[in-house]
Amino acid sequence: MSTARHSAARSIAAHGVLILYTVIALFPVFVIVVNSFKSRRAIFADPLALPTAETFDMVGYQTVLKQGDFLLYFQNSMVVTVASLFFVLLFGAMAAFALSEYRFRGNLLMGLYLALGIMIPIRLGTVAILQIMVASGLVNTLTALILVYTAQGLPLAVFILSEFMRGVSDDLKNAGRIDGLSEYTIFFRLVLPLVRPAMATVAVFTMIPIWNDLWFPLILAPSEATKTITLGSQVFIGQFVTNWNAVLAALGLAIVPVLILYLIFSRQLIRGITAGAVK
Amino acid sequence: MGDLTLSNVTKSFGATQVIKGVDLEVNDGEFCVFVGPSGCGKSTLLRMVAGLEDVTSGDVRIDGERINDLAPAKREIAMVFQSYALYPHLTVRDNMGLALKQAGTPKAEIAAATEKAAAMLDLGPLMARRPSELSGGQRQRVAIGRAIVRTPKLFLFDEPLSNLDAALRVATRIEIARLHRELGATMIYVTHDQVEAMTLADKIVVLRAGRVEQVGRPMDIYNDPDNTFVAGFIGSPQMNFLKSGLLGLRSDRLGIRPEHLEISTSAGQIEGRVSHVEKLGGETLTYVRTPDHELLTVRQFGEHDHPVEQAVWLTPDQSRAFHFDAEGQRLRA
Repeated sequence: MSTARHSAARSIAAHGVLILYTVIALFPVFVIVVNSFKSRRAIFADPLALPTAETFDMVGYQTVLKQGDFLLYFQNSMVVTVASLFFVLLFGAMAAFALSEYRFRGNLLMGLYLALGIMIPIRLGTVAILQIMVASGLVNTLTALILVYTAQGLPLAVFILSEFMRGVSDDLKNAGRIDGLSEYTIFFRLVLPLVRPAMATVAVFTMIPIWNDLWFPLILAPSEATKTITLGSQVFIGQFVTNWNAVLAALGLAIVPVLILYLIFSRQLIRGITAGAVK
Repeated sequence: MGDLTLSNVTKSFGATQVIKGVDLEVNDGEFCVFVGPSGCGKSTLLRMVAGLEDVTSGDVRIDGERINDLAPAKREIAMVFQSYALYPHLTVRDNMGLALKQAGTPKAEIAAATEKAAAMLDLGPLMARRPSELSGGQRQRVAIGRAIVRTPKLFLFDEPLSNLDAALRVATRIEIARLHRELGATMIYVTHDQVEAMTLADKIVVLRAGRVEQVGRPMDIYNDPDNTFVAGFIGSPQMNFLKSGLLGLRSDRLGIRPEHLEISTSAGQIEGRVSHVEKLGGETLTYVRTPDHELLTVRQFGEHDHPVEQAVWLTPDQSRAFHFDAEGQRLRA
């Protein structure tokens, strides 16, 4: 590291700030995980203590795995998240390619229209969405959730990806056309690999709100067979008694899959966020 | 075969017309260079020939067949781009073979064509690499190789040397000239660099603002320009334009190349003072500020010394001068 641009004091200060932020951000997660391994009495006696031999208790996890159909809930959450993510990325990238690549009347208006969704929360349309789902018989199906989440994720995906696709060399696409590649091949084989970091960024920003959402599962798919993990965890929160062991254990388990997905995308994500800033 | 004919071709983007009726004939085996300042429409014209831009009106024909509505891949052309445009996920071999593979050519034939092109361009040792592992010059050679493999009727080059450094540019220019001799194919080449235009072309097309200003062999254009634009654009340093009236001539302006102005410290037709001297070793360029004709350039071969602010006299060689009218059109005696 060159000393001209990095002094030890500044380096320490920067790391100090970042470490502080990390601690604050991770603290709730830490509390959840720690307490999920403790007995009920110990949780209330000293919420911040680490589990000891005396207070260690797996009762939360046992309850979660015994009661309710948690594997099914996990599976539902996974299906909804992965399917929505797939459609958001596929349709988002396709729309972005059309907007950035082709000159047609109303191109700019279409782009603005597609990006408008970023500013308008989809929950405002909950009643209308519910009416549509009832009318089309999709209530209590995962399809309903996938459709809604795809709609929710598309605006940001189109917005981010069309900016990135404008950056892909025109010459490359034209070379493909002259060599006889179809527009689909150009899109899938030439353009998509080049915007992979942007796709990862969109994937992470789309995935997390879907996984954590409680609103739409509660309204559109509350049946036992279609419950997602966030909705499933609610059975332990009662009006009078809350089984904290089970709630914390369920939430602790719910972190795992999304963490794995994040790790898959994160390497690409960092390149996506810093693209343009660092060449 | 590879004749290209453009008849009254125009191109508009919305209300702006960028190509304003171009007629041109490029014969089989000819090396034709489109040259002009940036924004003159030379790249757009090339892209229209390639099929990457629609033709607004007029006809584009290859070997007499109208190809206006034919997809780029069906036009039997190959194009080399300024930014190389190699497929980043394919090796050099696959980059070169892709067009044939798309056309459904048998594998053995593709391999033979690729190897042949690779041998012509010394790409043998690079065949298994990906574009990211090549230098700029190597990438451009691969891009040229990719064009050769297709054995097209027409080679299109869009400023292929602009991203290379000076030494590599000269080497690649010579390489392209050699390929043209060996392949005998029709080539169309777009550049803003007049050295490339002069050295490579059989036929130069000088474009300005979407119109053809002059078409001809390099030396014809240099020695016999049609108007002040062509006269000023071709040749470096630029031609001097003198006010004919002040020299007792009937034309509006007199064009004289810097090497045809004689400089003297004692007597001559035009009085001025030395403003700047550039010594290039083989030649000396002297810039002379004159009260009547503004800044004039004199080119002398060998080394010469002219102190700045020295009073000098210039005399144009009348036998090598060009006369132009008030519209800038050439007046031929």
